[in-house]
Amino acid sequence: MSKTHIKLTVNGKQHELLAEPRQLLIHVLREELGLTGPHIGCETTHCGACTVDLDGKSVKSCTVFAAQANGAEVTTIEGLGGPDGLHVLQQMFKEHHGLQCGFCTPGMITRAHRLLQENPDPSEEEVRFGMAGNLCRCTGYQNIVKAILAAAAEMNAAKEAAQ
Amino acid sequence: MIPGNFEYYRPESVSDAVKLLAQHGDEARAIAGGHSLIPMMKLRMAEVGHLVDLQAIGDLKGISVDGGMITVGAMTTQHELIASEALAKAAPIIREASLQIADPQVRYVGTIGGNVANGDPGNDMPGLMQCLDATFVLAGPNGTREVAARDFYEAAYFTAREDDELLVSIRFATPKGGYAYEKQKRKIGDYATAAAAVLIEKNAGKVSAASIAMTNLSDTPVYCQEAAEALLGTATGNPDIEAAVTAMKAAIDPQEDNRGPVEFKQHVAGVILRRAIERAVSRA
Repeated sequence: MSKTHIKLTVNGKQHELLAEPRQLLIHVLREELGLTGPHIGCETTHCGACTVDLDGKSVKSCTVFAAQANGAEVTTIEGLGGPDGLHVLQQMFKEHHGLQCGFCTPGMITRAHRLLQENPDPSEEEVRFGMAGNLCRCTGYQNIVKAILAAAAEMNAAKEAAQ
Repeated sequence: MIPGNFEYYRPESVSDAVKLLAQHGDEARAIAGGHSLIPMMKLRMAEVGHLVDLQAIGDLKGISVDGGMITVGAMTTQHELIASEALAKAAPIIREASLQIADPQVRYVGTIGGNVANGDPGNDMPGLMQCLDATFVLAGPNGTREVAARDFYEAAYFTAREDDELLVSIRFATPKGGYAYEKQKRKIGDYATAAAAVLIEKNAGKVSAASIAMTNLSDTPVYCQEAAEALLGTATGNPDIEAAVTAMKAAIDPQEDNRGPVEFKQHVAGVILRRAIERAVSRA
């Protein structure tokens, strides 16, 4: 089987690579591009640990072939913030203890980022519904919800201050 | 889990996609959102030699509400169905059902076309489309043809669609009256233990038209004509609803699996249909 030529814009940076059509997006991100933020959890589209942003949609990258993503823009947790400058969601997860082991966190934050883009001022129920595709086995979710609501408030306050 | 190797294609027109399907016969599969197919490929339960990705075909997209008819392109995602204000106004049962499918990430990519064409008894849209008396438009090498949703499903994963045909769009008349899509599932992302799609029209306090279809209670969706007829002309009192539930229970054929034994599924189906009828009546 021939390899396919794939162009991806990941976290604002353009990449071109050859991939077998059967290679999943999560494997290309982790193994070809060295972006190990998105994790492989269940591999069955349930847990959400591999969530990335694909052309403005939260997707589970274990259930997308890299060939399907050819030409797309991808954002991973690495594109949101890092040790030198945390994204407000990362900051709030830290402050509100929104993580314990941290395995689900990149997927949680990447999904929460898209949720807040679509609904900048969600209710608690809307956060729970919007985060229903991400599983956490440590926190019991309470602090994740708190962190996302706090991040929304912070982002809205910053927006108001800027106006 | 990594699937077997395949050749990947991204045609830009329906005719090119149909050509690829015809050329490669039963080794080819069309992929829409892929959230049923890719897991099956990863488990090596589906072997696909030629994968025909439909994402670049503009003709398969879009929702139109026009003169009492609604047309939905096969590649319309659940997320787009939920977001469409026109659809929510014309056929709110679609949004109600779509919000109960899988989880947010899956709804961004899962399509109505994949959901109805896959023939998985667990999918929600087939039953809903039977309830709405929808028509599926299929494109093949010799042009297009139409198949009623109520005639489309033959057995689990077997439908009236031929290997070289592509589901292009789904059409149905704007539903009237009250509606409900009620679903019992064990957890987010699960298929239904039982689900019911119900439409009810009332005239002077009596049911003048009704339509009922059930999901995941047989190897195909179950359109329950007798259950709907049990409600006709009634004021949907408890005995009338019970008559409909009894008729529905005679029509379904659930199998024991990890969602429970047959008796339990029969029971849940009754609870779900009762709730769906009551909610549809309250909105009629």
